[in-house]
Amino acid sequence: MQSVLASVVSVAFHGAALGMILYVISVGLSVTMGLMGFANLAHGVFAMAGGYVLTTAISRFGAPFPLALVVAFVLVGAASIVLERLLYSRLYTASDLEQVLFTIGLIFIAVAVARFIYGTLQQPVVLPDYLKGQFSLLGRDFPTYRVFIIAFSAVMVGLLWFGVERTRWGAMVRAAVDNRAMAQSVGIDTKRLFSLTFALGSGLAGLGGGLGAEIIAIQPTYPFENLVYFLVVVAVGGLGSLRGPFVAALLIGVADTACKYWAPQFGAFPIYVATIAILLWRPAGLFGRHA
Amino acid sequence: MNHAIKTATLVLGALVCAAQASAQTIKVGSVLTLSGPNATLGENMDRAIKLYMKLNQDKLPPGVKVEVITRDDGGPNPDKAKQLSQELIVRDKVQFLAGMTWTPNAMSSAPLSTEAKVPMVIMNAGTSVITTMSPYIVRTSFTLWQSSLPMGTWAAKKFKTAYIAVSDFGPGHDAQAAFTKGFTDGGGKIVGEVRIPLANPDFIPFMQRAKDASPDAIFGFVPAGKQATAIMKAYGELGLDKAGVKFIGPGDITTDEELPNMGDVSLGVLTVFHYSAAANRPANKSFIAAWKKEYGENSTPSFMSVGAWDGMDAIYYAIREQKGKIDPDKTMELLRQYKSSTSPRGPISIDPETRDIVQNEYLREVRKVGGKLENVELETVQTAVKDPWKIINNKK
Repeated sequence: MQSVLASVVSVAFHGAALGMILYVISVGLSVTMGLMGFANLAHGVFAMAGGYVLTTAISRFGAPFPLALVVAFVLVGAASIVLERLLYSRLYTASDLEQVLFTIGLIFIAVAVARFIYGTLQQPVVLPDYLKGQFSLLGRDFPTYRVFIIAFSAVMVGLLWFGVERTRWGAMVRAAVDNRAMAQSVGIDTKRLFSLTFALGSGLAGLGGGLGAEIIAIQPTYPFENLVYFLVVVAVGGLGSLRGPFVAALLIGVADTACKYWAPQFGAFPIYVATIAILLWRPAGLFGRHA
Repeated sequence: MNHAIKTATLVLGALVCAAQASAQTIKVGSVLTLSGPNATLGENMDRAIKLYMKLNQDKLPPGVKVEVITRDDGGPNPDKAKQLSQELIVRDKVQFLAGMTWTPNAMSSAPLSTEAKVPMVIMNAGTSVITTMSPYIVRTSFTLWQSSLPMGTWAAKKFKTAYIAVSDFGPGHDAQAAFTKGFTDGGGKIVGEVRIPLANPDFIPFMQRAKDASPDAIFGFVPAGKQATAIMKAYGELGLDKAGVKFIGPGDITTDEELPNMGDVSLGVLTVFHYSAAANRPANKSFIAAWKKEYGENSTPSFMSVGAWDGMDAIYYAIREQKGKIDPDKTMELLRQYKSSTSPRGPISIDPETRDIVQNEYLREVRKVGGKLENVELETVQTAVKDPWKIINNKK
C-alpha cells in the first residue's frame, strides 16, 4: 500500500511537471493563436530563439539564469514586433491556409538559419546550483528544477488570466479579436494593440523555450519536432481560452506519465489517443468558446 | 611561330584527353542522416569520410580517383534509405554502398546490395543480424552484443542487481539480450526492465520505475546523441547518482561530443565500448590532431566517425588490391581479409566467416581531465572480440 501511494505521488508530480513544461512552451501560442486567432505554426521558432538567447547569454556572457530568462523574453518579444509589422500584419485577415503556408515557410527559414549559426548539436544548458538537485518533501525527493517549473507556470497562468479577464488591455484585445472594425471605430488603436499582444505571445514563447531548454533540447529542428505538442495543448484546451491550455497541458502530462510508468509497453501513443478522444467529445476543446 | 603554338596546344590537348580517359573514377554511394534531429550523427560520419579522402590520396593506385556521392536519409527511415540506395545503384552506378547510420535503414537496403551485387560497407548501424541479410555486406563499426555482453560479465562481478532500460528498436533489444546473458551467467539478478519508445522527449517516468526497483546499477541504452543526454539528465534529476545507483551501458550513452551537454552528472558513468576520443594510442592521437586541424579545436570525432574512417580505409584497400578494376565478388573476398593496425580504436580486422568487425573492447569511466569530461579508458576487458550473437546462434 505504501509503495502504491508513493508511486501515485511520483506519477502525479512528474506528470504535473511534464504538463507544465508543455504549458510553458505552448502558452505563447495560446495568446497568438488562441486570442488573436492567427494560425501561427511558427510558434516554435520563437521558443527556439528564446532557448538560443538563453544559452548564449549564459555561456558567452556569463549571465545569471533569471537575467538570461528576462533577456530571452525581451529580445524575442522585440524581434517579433519587427516580424509582425513586416509580415504577420499582412495576413491577419487572410485565410487559415495562407497563414499556415506562410508560417511553415518561416519555420524552414528559421531551421536553416539556426543550423547555419549554431550547428546541429544541441545547446548545453547550465542551470544555477539552486535549481539542481532534489527538493525533499514528506520523505520523498522531487527534482528542484521541475518544482520550479510547476510554480512558475502556476504564477504565469494566474497573471495571464488576470491580464486578459480583468484589465482594460485584456478587454481591448478581446473586443478587437471579436470585431476589429467596431473596436477601431470606438477609438481603440488595434494596430498597436495587435503588435503588442503579438510581442507578448512571442516573448512568452521565448521565455518558455528558455525555461524548458533543459528538458526539451534546443537544436535547429526544435520548431518542427515540438509543433505537435504546441498544437495539442492549444487545441485540446480550446481556442480563445487561457485556462483551457493550462488544464489540457496538465491532463496530457499526467496521462502520458501515468501510461509510461504503469504501461510502458504501449509506448508514446496514449497521449494521442487522449487527444483524439477529447476532441471527439468536445470538438472546440475543453474550454473553447466557439463550437 | 603561330603555327608552333597551335600544334603545341593540340598536342597538349590530346595529352590531357588521354590522361582523362585513363583516369578511373570509383563511385561510392554514402547514405547518412544529415538533417533532422539526428543530423549530428551523419555529420560526424561524413566529416570522417571527407577527411580520410583528403589525407589518403596516395593510398590509391595511380590514375584512380574515388568519388563519394552522399545522400541524406533524414533519420531512422527505412523506406527513404532504400529509395536512396536504389537511386545510387541504378542512376549513379555506384560500385560501393556505404554509410548507414541506422539499423532499419541498413536492413531495408540490404536486399538491393544482394540483387545488384554492390558491396555495402556498414559504417555505423549496430544490430547483429544486419550482416546476415546479404553476402555483400561488411561492417566496420560495432555490434551491441560486442560491448553489452562483456559489460554484463564485468558488471556481475561488481553488482548484485541491475535494472535494464533500452530503446525499443533492434539495437536496444540486442543490448538488452546481451547484457542479460552476461550478467545472469555471472550470477547477477535483473530486477526489472523497460523498453522506451524511440521518439520520446521525457525519460523521467522510466527512470522513476528504475529507481523504485532500487537496483545496484541501471544498464541503459538509447541512441547516441540528444536522447543519451536526456536519459542522463533524468538520471541526475531523480538523484539516482546520489542514491548510489550506478549508470552503466555501451559507449553510446556517453559519446564524446555529447559529454559537455550532459554535464557533471555523467561523472563516474561506466561503459564498455570500442572507441573513446580520449584514448592515448598513437594512431588515435594523430587522428584527433588531424580532425581538430580540419574542423576546429572544439570539434571532437565520435565512435561513428571512426566507423566511417575505417570503412573508407577498407574500401581504399579493396580498390588498391584490385588496381582500380572493381569486381564485386573479388572485393568481398578482399574485404573478408581486411586488417588494420592503424585504426584509432586499436587493432581491428574483419571476421572472414561473418564479414563482421573484430575489435578490442575497453572499460571506460567518465572523468574530468583538465576541466573537460572524457571517457577515460581503464582497461581492455577483452581483445579481438567477435560478434557474440553470431557465435551463440551459429549465424554467418
